[in-house]
Amino acid sequence: MTGPRRVARAAFESVENGFDRAFGPDWNPLHQLGALGWFFYWITIVSGIYLYIFFDTGISQAYESLEYLTQVQWYAGGVMRSLHRYASDALIIVMMLHLVREYVMDRYRGARWFAWFTGVPLLWLVFACGISGYWMVWDILAQYIAIATTEWLDTLGIFGESIARNFLTPGTLSGRFFTLMVFIHIAVPLVMLLVMWIHILRQRNARVNPPVGLAAGTLAMLLVLSFIKPALSQAPADLGVVPAVIHLDWFYLAAYPLLDRVPGPVMWAIAFGVTLLLLLLPWLPPLRRRTPASVDLDNCNGCGRCVEDCPFSAVALQPRTDGAGFSQQAVVANELCTSCGICVGACPTSTPFRRTTALIPGIDLPDLRIQAMRDTMLAAASGLSGKARVLVYGCDQGPDLSRLRSPGVAVLRLPCIAMLPPSFFDFIITRHHADGVFLTGCAEGDCHYRLGIQWTEQRLAGERDPYLRKRVPRERIGEFWSGLTHGKRLERELADFQAGLGSLPPVRRRAVEHTSEGDVRHG
Amino acid sequence: MVRPVQLLGQAIAYAVFAGVVGYLAASPAYTHLDPGLALIKLSFSHAGKHQGECRQRTPEELAKLAPNMRRPLDCPRGRLPLRVELVLDGELLYRGELSPSGLAGDGAAMAYRKFPVAPGRHHLAARLRDSDRSAGYDYEKEAEITLHPRQNFVIDFRPALGGFLFL
Repeated sequence: MTGPRRVARAAFESVENGFDRAFGPDWNPLHQLGALGWFFYWITIVSGIYLYIFFDTGISQAYESLEYLTQVQWYAGGVMRSLHRYASDALIIVMMLHLVREYVMDRYRGARWFAWFTGVPLLWLVFACGISGYWMVWDILAQYIAIATTEWLDTLGIFGESIARNFLTPGTLSGRFFTLMVFIHIAVPLVMLLVMWIHILRQRNARVNPPVGLAAGTLAMLLVLSFIKPALSQAPADLGVVPAVIHLDWFYLAAYPLLDRVPGPVMWAIAFGVTLLLLLLPWLPPLRRRTPASVDLDNCNGCGRCVEDCPFSAVALQPRTDGAGFSQQAVVANELCTSCGICVGACPTSTPFRRTTALIPGIDLPDLRIQAMRDTMLAAASGLSGKARVLVYGCDQGPDLSRLRSPGVAVLRLPCIAMLPPSFFDFIITRHHADGVFLTGCAEGDCHYRLGIQWTEQRLAGERDPYLRKRVPRERIGEFWSGLTHGKRLERELADFQAGLGSLPPVRRRAVEHTSEGDVRHG
Repeated sequence: MVRPVQLLGQAIAYAVFAGVVGYLAASPAYTHLDPGLALIKLSFSHAGKHQGECRQRTPEELAKLAPNMRRPLDCPRGRLPLRVELVLDGELLYRGELSPSGLAGDGAAMAYRKFPVAPGRHHLAARLRDSDRSAGYDYEKEAEITLHPRQNFVIDFRPALGGFLFL
């Protein structure tokens, strides 16, 4: 991660820390931007369906039907209209924040290019939805949008006749225009839904729903706003009069004033240029990718734990190809693999207890093999001294851990913390290589590889396979998900953890020092 | 267990978010046109004359053509540009040459221009040349007009209706 990006990420995390304090890591809205986007989308769909029941297509009927909803049926139609508008505005906010955040956090390159790339067309679709929606009201704002948009489209020079001439005088306007707008306003969100689905296609356990509490709070916020400041129409459109002073929705229409000042072709060049730049961004420059995970069939029985745990659907099960007595085998799709190592942490054969045979697990990272992890750990542990010897494991995306080093503390790094199999904790603690293991890395609720922290906590809590064995004293495993901004607190948490180790009962030394457990294939 | 201070923090966050959404959804107002002005909009689509003389095809020539292509006149493809002039109260408001559309220059020329002007009574003259004459205009219309603030005054051109239309 480069310097400027690291600074930007730290800035983001600083803001998120504030939200953490109010909402907690799980409800932190900045950790839920994508899910909130989906939530706002569904609010606009539901409220839009209600509005559509009462909407009348026609030059004057469109405005009148919305006035009826807003003024007469204010308690239902008016609220729905306000929810429709404000949820779509909120969608713009979370979508833009989501885009910037994923860029800053460097989660758009390498194997993750697909979600970024498919997200770019969504920008156009969301704006097309919003703009066509405002068009349907047929007030002076709609009139302004209709004329400005068609004038801009005319500058493309691809239409045989000027589209803007449809809005020249009251006599040139056709009622069919509203039918077309309704079609666009329904069709585009449906296309959008399809693209949104494609957008998350490569994510396992994609978050498409925010936590219930956050969703409830957000909906309540929109409802309160709808009652306090209902969405209203402006004066009815009149093509004989120029809309002079207009109350724009700046979320959707911020670029429109530019159309009054910048030539249309230049605006098209900017729009297409920005779109192209966004599309190409994952390769400007491309991520220097580590070697993808690889499967060793001699040690893979096709149990599927790696498939379950891979956050990017890069591992799949396929029929066995080596004639072994198992029906399936794991297969890695190299182009989808982020080399996070979470699959290695999920593999039951990734156990450091193996001594009689080489430590080769069913799935491994060629750039950081589990054998090397054990060797590095043993070397680091052998240099520890004192009564509370701690091995600190951090991840590549986390803070600089070098200042944590001391005679009693050794620091080790992994691509993702979930690369560490639970058997390593067992091995370190019950074999007395250290008195405790301390985990740190990304900020809580915001694992760079999406699910690393979650899987690790579930494995340690005995909720996810592979489980931490019960013989391992859980209190000898500490964790603090610091992110980049909690360096001082990380030091304190580690010091507290180290101090607490002295008061724990000693770990029973195991009778058999060299065991062959793990040599067998785990099913 | 959510502490009261956390609830307060959440309430503030929601309020700020709602405030931003509620405000920017309709504010600040944007002035697209000075409300004290009127707008004259020149907009039309018209094809100029062909760049050369048309020739009447003979019956033999027509018979050789596919049925759907039997047009009696054989004209050069390209069209002449239009020359347009608007004069308001004796002062030139616009003068321009409009090229025919299409890659071969065989389509209609299109005009779409907007001119904010002061409201009140004006003398407006519109002129258009669509032939290869070297001076003067083929179409011309003059009128006394009264513009109101924010009025959208349209100048259209339809030869079938006699030329310029002031709407």
